[in-house]
Amino acid sequence: MAEAATVHSKRRIINLVMTSLTAVCAVFATSVLLIIIGFIAYQGISSLSWEFLTDTPKPVGEGGGIGNAIVGSAMMTLLAAAIGLPVGIAAGVYLAEFGKNWYGNTIRFIADTLIGVPSIIIGIFIYTVVVMPMGRQSGLAGGLALAIIMIPIVARTTEEMINLVPNSMREGALALGAPQWRVSWNIVLPAATSGIATGAMLAIARITGETAPLLFTALNSRFYNFFYDQPMSSLTVQIYNFATGPFEVEHAMAWAATLLLVGFILVINIAVRYLTRKKY
Amino acid sequence: MAQSSTLGDKVYRTILFAAATSILLIVAAVFYMMVQSSMPTLQRFGIGFLWASEWNPSQELFGALPFIYGTVVSSILALLIAVPISLGIAVFLVEQAPKKIAKPIAFMIELLAAIPSVVYGLWGIFVLAPFIREYLGPVLQDNLGFLPIFQGRLTGIGMLTGGIILAIMITPIVTAVVRDVLEAVPNTQREAALALGATKWETTMIVLGNAASGIAGAVVLGLGRAVGETMAVTMVIGNSPQISASLFEPAYTIASVLAANFADATDELYLSALIEMALVLFLVTVVINGLAKLLIMSVAGRANASKHT
Amino acid sequence: MQSKISIKDLDFFYGKAQALFDISLEIPEREVVAFIGPSGCGKSTFLRTLNRMNDTIPIASVKGQVIIDGKDIYAPGTDVVALRRKVGMVFQKSNPFPKSIFENVAYGIRINGIHSSKEDLNDRVEKALRDAALWDEVKDRLSMSAFGLSGGQQQRLCIARALAVQPDVILMDEPASALDPIATQKIEELVVELKKNYTIVIVTHNMQQAARVSDRTAFFMLGKLIEYNPTQKMFTNPDEKLTEDYITGRFG
Repeated sequence: MAEAATVHSKRRIINLVMTSLTAVCAVFATSVLLIIIGFIAYQGISSLSWEFLTDTPKPVGEGGGIGNAIVGSAMMTLLAAAIGLPVGIAAGVYLAEFGKNWYGNTIRFIADTLIGVPSIIIGIFIYTVVVMPMGRQSGLAGGLALAIIMIPIVARTTEEMINLVPNSMREGALALGAPQWRVSWNIVLPAATSGIATGAMLAIARITGETAPLLFTALNSRFYNFFYDQPMSSLTVQIYNFATGPFEVEHAMAWAATLLLVGFILVINIAVRYLTRKKY
Repeated sequence: MAQSSTLGDKVYRTILFAAATSILLIVAAVFYMMVQSSMPTLQRFGIGFLWASEWNPSQELFGALPFIYGTVVSSILALLIAVPISLGIAVFLVEQAPKKIAKPIAFMIELLAAIPSVVYGLWGIFVLAPFIREYLGPVLQDNLGFLPIFQGRLTGIGMLTGGIILAIMITPIVTAVVRDVLEAVPNTQREAALALGATKWETTMIVLGNAASGIAGAVVLGLGRAVGETMAVTMVIGNSPQISASLFEPAYTIASVLAANFADATDELYLSALIEMALVLFLVTVVINGLAKLLIMSVAGRANASKHT
Repeated sequence: MQSKISIKDLDFFYGKAQALFDISLEIPEREVVAFIGPSGCGKSTFLRTLNRMNDTIPIASVKGQVIIDGKDIYAPGTDVVALRRKVGMVFQKSNPFPKSIFENVAYGIRINGIHSSKEDLNDRVEKALRDAALWDEVKDRLSMSAFGLSGGQQQRLCIARALAVQPDVILMDEPASALDPIATQKIEELVVELKKNYTIVIVTHNMQQAARVSDRTAFFMLGKLIEYNPTQKMFTNPDEKLTEDYITGRFG
């Protein structure tokens, strides 16, 4: 009996230790997030100013800002969204409406594969098919690289959102004699709009944070550039250059630019979370 | 079925088909362009490229081994740190925490995945690297300094820093997948263990046993992410093509050599060598992700199967 | 009669909704007591209060007493893990672990540290499988996966698994509801056999089953205990009109 009691107390101790350890893991991971965000806010806020947000980079010690990088990021994200959203959504609709066969399964698998491919490889691909023939880096090349990253993500979320639309809605419209494309376009898609929109927002947040595919496609620029055929600056590449350089002033600017970037991305993520939670 | 013959349907379907097919064409084109662009080194060095250990572009010496080594070791390091922590978090969220606590914590961990790689790199350079140089490194050297992996000069930049950054970055995805597979374990398994007088932890072990192949899938998926992760690693791993036993020494990964050197690669052979490594990385991530998908699906399949028996 | 379990004024709540009302009941040692009643009447919920299985539901709460061997299992400081070892449970759907047949039965013995040696463990597993009338069917494939067994065999394996930790009481929650008639018959024979050594409480929606295997029957409706009597009397001459209506099939 005494032996059984010691076995029992040993089990209780193991139970207590292990269940506490899992809580420690959760606390640890959330504190890492808070520490990272805390550092960004603390380090970044001191360099934020109107001049910083609107000026172009200047030689070290003369101030300067990231105005051109903000414009560049916006322009390339816009281009990527203009291509990536329609193509991605159309592909997602195809998978949901006509993709219950071997071809759909193949596309689904390939899309998941593309999502898993490191984004730097997309940069290299665009380098070989756009930058080399054009003879120079450009905002166009950067935007295209981001578009390729966006397409499979948008396709898969669109498919998921359409699959959530109740089948009764579709059947109701088909029973009225509507052709299939009208049912899909006028009934099913509108029903899935809010879901697709949140998916699109998250995809935009994701590509705004991409650096690797822009490094040698869009390159960088020290000037305001509003033309897609020229090298273009971006927030992320600018952060990379500032951070890996030797100057403390630029390190401070890297933190400030990061604050802007992370702020944008977190606001989108939190807003999407808030909106979808309210609805369901 | 009669409706599908109208013109509108045909046009609609064709447009959607074209969009879906574009994904296939992109992947095919990526693969084709990489094979074509790496022909010069493929022809000149053959498969030996993969285990040649000299890397000196100015003398046309191109060996991929230091990069493969760096990629493998940093990824394994990342898994060693991230997998236990992710398992702990997932078990906490699914098996222990009340919904009210679990939901916000799960969301915060998802947010970790939304932070861009370059931001982890920045944080790694200015926060993590000094921390390792000043605190973690000395502690490890004082206590475990007899191990070759903890010897050498402490700069804060190197393999260990890269591995830790990678661990932080893959934790959210591993956690998310493990959560899903734990949630797919039927409740009857938990009840069976509890009814036998199992403690909470012993019950959790039964649940983990049920989810084993799905957890393996999560680990493999994390590996896929770690192998392909670029910017953060490039910024903290030291970018030096050497094979060193010490985790404090700088190293290089395939993805980071691409990020750091591709823009400077002017002559054809150099470019070709880099693209061949990109091809290797591409193939490896495709295989890893495919494997992960199969493993995770096997769990979802069995959960459904046991639901229906 | 000697009471093994006595329940006193038990109320049970899911959040604010009351699911069981003021139930008092005596369960004698080494008898089979059957709980019957329409679905949703609370008989399964009541069964699960007897080994505190409802503890896993965060919003559940209990008032009243469940006294097993003279101790209130809802008293503060009760060791739930030890309680559940003493009060085993078999579930509606068989739920073997994804382990071998042997390891399924050995699991409870191992975690509780009941065995003294490897041989002792083997003996205990064999005894549990024999007691569950499964030994002859599985003795040649103990190391095979439990999922390879038929539905009826899986359920008897779950009974063996419960017996292996040496409980005093076995709770059975519709143990045969997912089985074919032949497998059901085997389980029923087993219940009658196990009565010699164990106190058994069985929930069933099958009144013939209750009549065949049990010594006493409790009839529940809408969370209330309507009648509790020896099975013989219950099925021939019930005290309550409601019981008679239910037994004769006048409502669902």
